[in-house]
Amino acid sequence: MNIQAANRLTPYMFLAPAAAVMVIALLYPIGYMVYASFLDWNPSQRIGEADFIGLRNYINLWNSDSFWESFWVTIRFAALVVSIEMVIGVGLALLLDRKLRGMSVLRTIFILPMMIAPIVVGLMWRYMYHPQVGVFNRWLSDLGLPTIPFLSDSTWAFTSVVIADIWQWTPFIFILALAALQSLPSSALEAARVDGATGWQQIIHIKLPLMMPVLIVTCLLRLIDAFKVLEVILVMTNGGPGLSTEILALRISRTASEFRQLGEAAAMSNYLLMLLMIITAIMFIYTKLNDARVARIKAAGAKAAQAEEEAV
Amino acid sequence: MAVRDDDKAHPGFYVLLICLVFMSAGPIALMLMNSFKLNVDITSPTASLFFMPTLQNYETALCEFLPYEPEHLRRCDPTFGRALVNSLIISLVSTGLTLILGCMAAYAIVRFRFMGRDSASLTTLIMRMVPPAVLLVPVFGIWNEQFGLGGTRSGIILVYVAMNLPFVIWILQSFIVQVPIQLEEAARIDGAGPFRVFFLVVLPLIQPGLAAAAIFTFRVAWNEFLLANALSDRNSRTVPVTIVNSITEFNIDWGVIMATGMLLAIPPILFTFFASRQIITGMTAGAVKG
Repeated sequence: MNIQAANRLTPYMFLAPAAAVMVIALLYPIGYMVYASFLDWNPSQRIGEADFIGLRNYINLWNSDSFWESFWVTIRFAALVVSIEMVIGVGLALLLDRKLRGMSVLRTIFILPMMIAPIVVGLMWRYMYHPQVGVFNRWLSDLGLPTIPFLSDSTWAFTSVVIADIWQWTPFIFILALAALQSLPSSALEAARVDGATGWQQIIHIKLPLMMPVLIVTCLLRLIDAFKVLEVILVMTNGGPGLSTEILALRISRTASEFRQLGEAAAMSNYLLMLLMIITAIMFIYTKLNDARVARIKAAGAKAAQAEEEAV
Repeated sequence: MAVRDDDKAHPGFYVLLICLVFMSAGPIALMLMNSFKLNVDITSPTASLFFMPTLQNYETALCEFLPYEPEHLRRCDPTFGRALVNSLIISLVSTGLTLILGCMAAYAIVRFRFMGRDSASLTTLIMRMVPPAVLLVPVFGIWNEQFGLGGTRSGIILVYVAMNLPFVIWILQSFIVQVPIQLEEAARIDGAGPFRVFFLVVLPLIQPGLAAAAIFTFRVAWNEFLLANALSDRNSRTVPVTIVNSITEFNIDWGVIMATGMLLAIPPILFTFFASRQIITGMTAGAVKG
């Protein structure tokens, strides 16, 4: 091997081990899943013994009311938690964006919820929502108010699950929004301040638009993770009552393990994956469109700062 | 900033801070407290901050490792002890492997121009969005039928490495970009090969990134339930799996469950306190600079 050839191979040598693992344990399983989705397959069979049934799994799911129910529960859950978390997280970041002693300790406390195992989070909230033992209903009855069936009523169960997710993941958005705020170009903010913009105007016209690229990435990451949520809900309600909290990830796992329909679970996984891809594509396109707008604001800020300097 | 100094004194601001701290830490503190209570105290209708703390729940959970035999236990159930050992082995090994493979791949993507570079980087990004639930069916089938890894720790480790790689590659890229390329060139001129440059020059410089990546990977492997549940047997179960198994039963032993939950939560909590700076840099590296 001459040196030239060795050089050309170097990057592949660095990449190969990771690529091999990802191909074996991610790409190949995804291909396998697509294949499995065309089979009538249960866990007691080897995959070779399963009958090929074409698109039947997909069609059955498409015509199944309970699948659509889960689908909409998933969309509702993701849309609701992400939008509430974005509003609270960004709001808190705007409020707490100041030099403060002890801020690092506070941030440490704020990120605790997202570090704890989802299983444990589910456990904690299941305990707190418990009709007799839980703290919430104890407080309610201490105040002489009627108790709430947090996990046994379908409307409440959905709300309760959403609240637990908000508790765990708002910190993620808060930290990222805070980091974005602290890395904003000071020229644009200075220019606005000199022009006499109020705090509120600065937020609306300067800070938020400039933070937008980061906020979009944050939102996308959070949205994708919201579709991955499973353990918290499994521990709290296991999808019930009825189908009120049965998100797709949970339904896939139940179809595979409880109902032993591996083919159908694979088809469902495929629907979920397609949904995630569509969402990612939309966000990606939006990011590209937004970049131009941000560049404009930054340029205007720089120009104003320059004009200021020249005037002085 | 001078403009903002005057509203520092605003009392509402501090009230807000206290509420936030209370809300984020409250549930965790509540669980910690309950893990030291007897079930009678947990379920008693008068919730109170005052109770006789007891180690009984922890003794029950950890009975296998105790040098003495706790009086309140009639029989020692080794499930949890075994799960704890499994969880530790699986998380540590998969974290180590993910870091080594991940930073090599990230280095290749950042520093070399080669054919397939863009698709490698795009694939990692896309792979990041695959939910574990989607992997459930195929991994169950492949591991059992083709790889013969069903029920083994290695099987679980393999999935975790694959699942964490995209994330690790993604965040390490933004750390490697910041390594001054002149340093690497200098080492090259001194005659070091690409692998020596990588291990002796680049790795030491991205330690904060490695720390952040390590914590995130460990956390995922340590906390994951779904795939561990599908791929493990009696001997390779991890802590999350044992916890879920013990709550699906009709009567929940709240005290012991809370103690096992705390034992599962302690490593991530400790990491957070010791390395919150790295964690936050790691979290923001990809999104904010990226």
